[in-house]
Amino acid sequence: METKAFQKIYTKIDNITKATVSLRATGVGNDELATVGGKLAQVVKINGENVTLQVFSGTEGIATDSEVIFHGEPPKLNVSDNLAGRFFNAYGEPIEGGKQLDGEPREIGGPTVNPFKRKQPSELIATGIAGIDLNNTIVSGQKIPFFADPDQPYNQVMAMVALRAKADKIILGGMGMTNDDFLFFKNVFENAGALDRIVSFVNTTENPPVERLLVPDMALTAAEYFAVDKGEKVLVLLTDMTLYADALAIVSNRMDQIPSKDSMPGSLYSDLAKIYEKAVQLPNGGSITIIAVTTLSGGDITHAVPDNTGYITEGQLFLRNDSDTGKVIVDPFRSLSRLKQLVIGKKTREDHPQVMNAAVRLYADAANAKTKLENGFDLSDYDERTLKFAKDYSEKLLSIDVNIDIDQMLDTAWTLFAKYFSKSEVAIKEELMAKYWKGAE
Amino acid sequence: MNTTGKVSGIISNIVIVKADGPVSQNEICYVSLGDIKMMAEVIKVIGNDAYVQVFDSTRGLKIGDKVEFQGHMLEVTLAPGILTHSYDGLQNDLAKLDGLFISRGSRTEPIDYEAKWDFTPLAKPGDKVVAGDWLGEVQEHWVSHKIMVPFAMEGSYTVKSVADKGEYTVNDTMAVLVDSEGKEHPVTMVQKWPVKKPIKAYVEKPRPSKIMETGVRAIDTFNPLAEGGTGFIPGPFGAGKTVLQHAISKQADADVIIFVACGERANEVVEVFTEFPELEDPRTGHKLMERTTIICNTSNMPVAAREASVYTGMTIGEYYRAMGLKVLILADSTSRWAQALREMSNRLEELPGQDAFPMDLSAIISNFYARAGLVYLNNGQTGSVTFLGTVSPAGGNLKEPVTESTKKAARCFYALAQGRADSKRYPAIDPQDSYSKYLEYPEIKEYLDKRIEPNWTELVNRGKTLVRRGKEANEQINILGDDGVPVEYHDRFWKSELIDFVILQQDAFDAIDANCPIERQQYMFKLVLSICDKEFNYDGFEDCASFFKGLINLFKQMNYAEWQSDKFKSYRAQIDQAVAEKEVKSEKGE
Repeated sequence: METKAFQKIYTKIDNITKATVSLRATGVGNDELATVGGKLAQVVKINGENVTLQVFSGTEGIATDSEVIFHGEPPKLNVSDNLAGRFFNAYGEPIEGGKQLDGEPREIGGPTVNPFKRKQPSELIATGIAGIDLNNTIVSGQKIPFFADPDQPYNQVMAMVALRAKADKIILGGMGMTNDDFLFFKNVFENAGALDRIVSFVNTTENPPVERLLVPDMALTAAEYFAVDKGEKVLVLLTDMTLYADALAIVSNRMDQIPSKDSMPGSLYSDLAKIYEKAVQLPNGGSITIIAVTTLSGGDITHAVPDNTGYITEGQLFLRNDSDTGKVIVDPFRSLSRLKQLVIGKKTREDHPQVMNAAVRLYADAANAKTKLENGFDLSDYDERTLKFAKDYSEKLLSIDVNIDIDQMLDTAWTLFAKYFSKSEVAIKEELMAKYWKGAE
Repeated sequence: MNTTGKVSGIISNIVIVKADGPVSQNEICYVSLGDIKMMAEVIKVIGNDAYVQVFDSTRGLKIGDKVEFQGHMLEVTLAPGILTHSYDGLQNDLAKLDGLFISRGSRTEPIDYEAKWDFTPLAKPGDKVVAGDWLGEVQEHWVSHKIMVPFAMEGSYTVKSVADKGEYTVNDTMAVLVDSEGKEHPVTMVQKWPVKKPIKAYVEKPRPSKIMETGVRAIDTFNPLAEGGTGFIPGPFGAGKTVLQHAISKQADADVIIFVACGERANEVVEVFTEFPELEDPRTGHKLMERTTIICNTSNMPVAAREASVYTGMTIGEYYRAMGLKVLILADSTSRWAQALREMSNRLEELPGQDAFPMDLSAIISNFYARAGLVYLNNGQTGSVTFLGTVSPAGGNLKEPVTESTKKAARCFYALAQGRADSKRYPAIDPQDSYSKYLEYPEIKEYLDKRIEPNWTELVNRGKTLVRRGKEANEQINILGDDGVPVEYHDRFWKSELIDFVILQQDAFDAIDANCPIERQQYMFKLVLSICDKEFNYDGFEDCASFFKGLINLFKQMNYAEWQSDKFKSYRAQIDQAVAEKEVKSEKGE
């Protein structure tokens, strides 16, 4: 960032903590950017002449006489069609060479879409994964995270979903990503020949954690450009939002705020909602769909980060290793897509809602049978059949390596119903039974 | 001359203002940022420093920026034309805002000052009136909207004149009142009222004595909500709070519905915007939107306005109650409101209570719930505000401060259970933990005896006992194994499953099952109970299970069938036959 002629340079810093500095300055706007000893910083608190700045890359090496220059404006991103195919850091600066972006500068973290001007999401996003399409259908304009343990292949699944989703643009916001994962995404997109549809904003583990705070806003500002200005369908991938929340906690801690649950700031809900609520179906046909990753520690979803996320997002997807089939499946019990009701049985075949529910119910019966078995009880004939059904269901439908269309998924489910159960055990509306039942009467 | 001030400190959306004159707690002020004027509310005063919470983003605000105090608290505008509109937490009409994005400091009029209303006088010259008395009425869609003596007018007045029947705009003088000192007060159709003060233009607040029918079996049959009562729905995410509230908002037997979307998802509000103008009220045949007002402050809208939104909704509710109407206020979710209080308290560096919530959280929630209720108006008529809020407990743990504080204030508790949601047993209202205190009210019991049938509450309690015993039997079965217990345990368990599947579970997405009128609830509940009363011959526990599974399937089809249609009757016949075949014949023979 070059210095402008009229800018005043301050050279006396009063306080330095690990993440913030404060000094006496006048005429400073809230949220405005500054350079402190060559590092980028943002105003977070003003009390009279006393201004506190958060230094994104940490305050190491900053001296009490370091130069402080205020930019007079909040963080911005230059938006244009040239964003496509490029890789940026958290500040929106190109990494891996390439020239600086030109285009219209836009404030990041901009205003809210008037809820009255939104459209109801109604377009199905097909992924070919039955655990998603059949049980937890995703709709454009939705926001949904994967709740995953760190050892699960969530980034792979997300990349797969992104490529199959037929989006006009895919925007990757990487926070605290390992360099290996970053290269993985890059390779997958490159091999699929999709690089010209991808925009990436990446903060890797090699970069300072506080920088991450800018990544979602950068990614979503780019997304809003393509969706609002260009009417495109944009898919935003945010990984990993737990690391984003950790950065929030670091900053709030440095600013002496009282932490609430799990050492997270009291404003965590609003902070996360500000990001996820950018998902939108617009009247011009453009849309922003957000698929995020929230890593869990030991599968604990009552931790403040997944808990608040669950209240904000429209469902969540759980991955699980199925011990019976040895495959990674999308857990049908804990996963949920809240917007599926808008498309299933409407944009998909009429039997979709009931088939989905019946299959999950029978799968739940199998889980009960399994508990019985583990407790050493005899299994009834019905129990035996549910167990066999569960194995088939898990292998032919839930497993993430299945790639079929929704009609095929429904047909597969009907075939399994007829193979293992009677009509009354399946208990679906009679009209649908008459039409789709695949067995003898 | 109003007090003015200058910005002297900024911490996120809390701004410290050096004031040059008197300021009062909760006074509204406007903070200028260039041409933009952002609304803010005083929440703390120390010496000349007023701490104000800004209902907008403070990005770019500078020390020394101008502030103008307004001399009044946060007010809503009350007049005909509120219904069908969608407001933000500060009563800006969202439909009138320009542009795709909500720009800072944008404000719109909540009502239409040009529209003409067909006025019919109700009072006549010489009448003695006090605040809240009806002077006339206009037709607002199908609601008879009363034009009242403004709530802010203290003491009693004599009506000097009332406008003739005819068309008027809201700012026309509809009546002239004379106070005891002979001073004249013109009254229009518009009045303003500060949202944080309850409207008390009534004589008495009796105990509720009727139930509000919602068409949801798990509520109406098992734990009814009283008209003028309070209830809350706590539940972890994904348990179906919002689906349940939407169902109630569509089906409830109320004249006016106020839907407060407080800090929740924008897409959920869009669903209401999209569906309600299309849907018809089954009772009146009118469009649902015509009785609905939406107060919408979604989670990404300014936090401070989130707190205001519940009060705005409540005040509008109280206004319609004063017209003798049945108002239902739904707030989703009150936890977001509590979190907004927490964010403010935190920025003010107050000493925190449990989970960093403010110490007075419990008192704030109680005071708020207390504004609901049934009232006798000055003219002897009744009006009511029924309040149903959702709570989003952190981690699904019901021992957290918001749930506990709300439990002290609300009379109905509809606990949504994760386990039920996981096994897709919707609505996931837990039959054991949930309660309605109203079932213990003699007034309500008496009402139910008349409305449904004598001794109805006893039947309900029988049903509850059966569910509890079934659950106990199931625990025994799980411990001892299917054949480790007598077959009676299976019988007990499956009878409770029958109640669960037929009565407690309900498909909110099925056109017929979604809304179950009270007559149909009575029919189904009695049919299920009559089966639970019977003894059956089982050939082992598997036979018992398959018998009840068959019955449950038939009952489900019955729930999906149109009331008393041929299909409905044929399922009934099949059920009767299945039961007759299995039933233990009494000794006398038949």
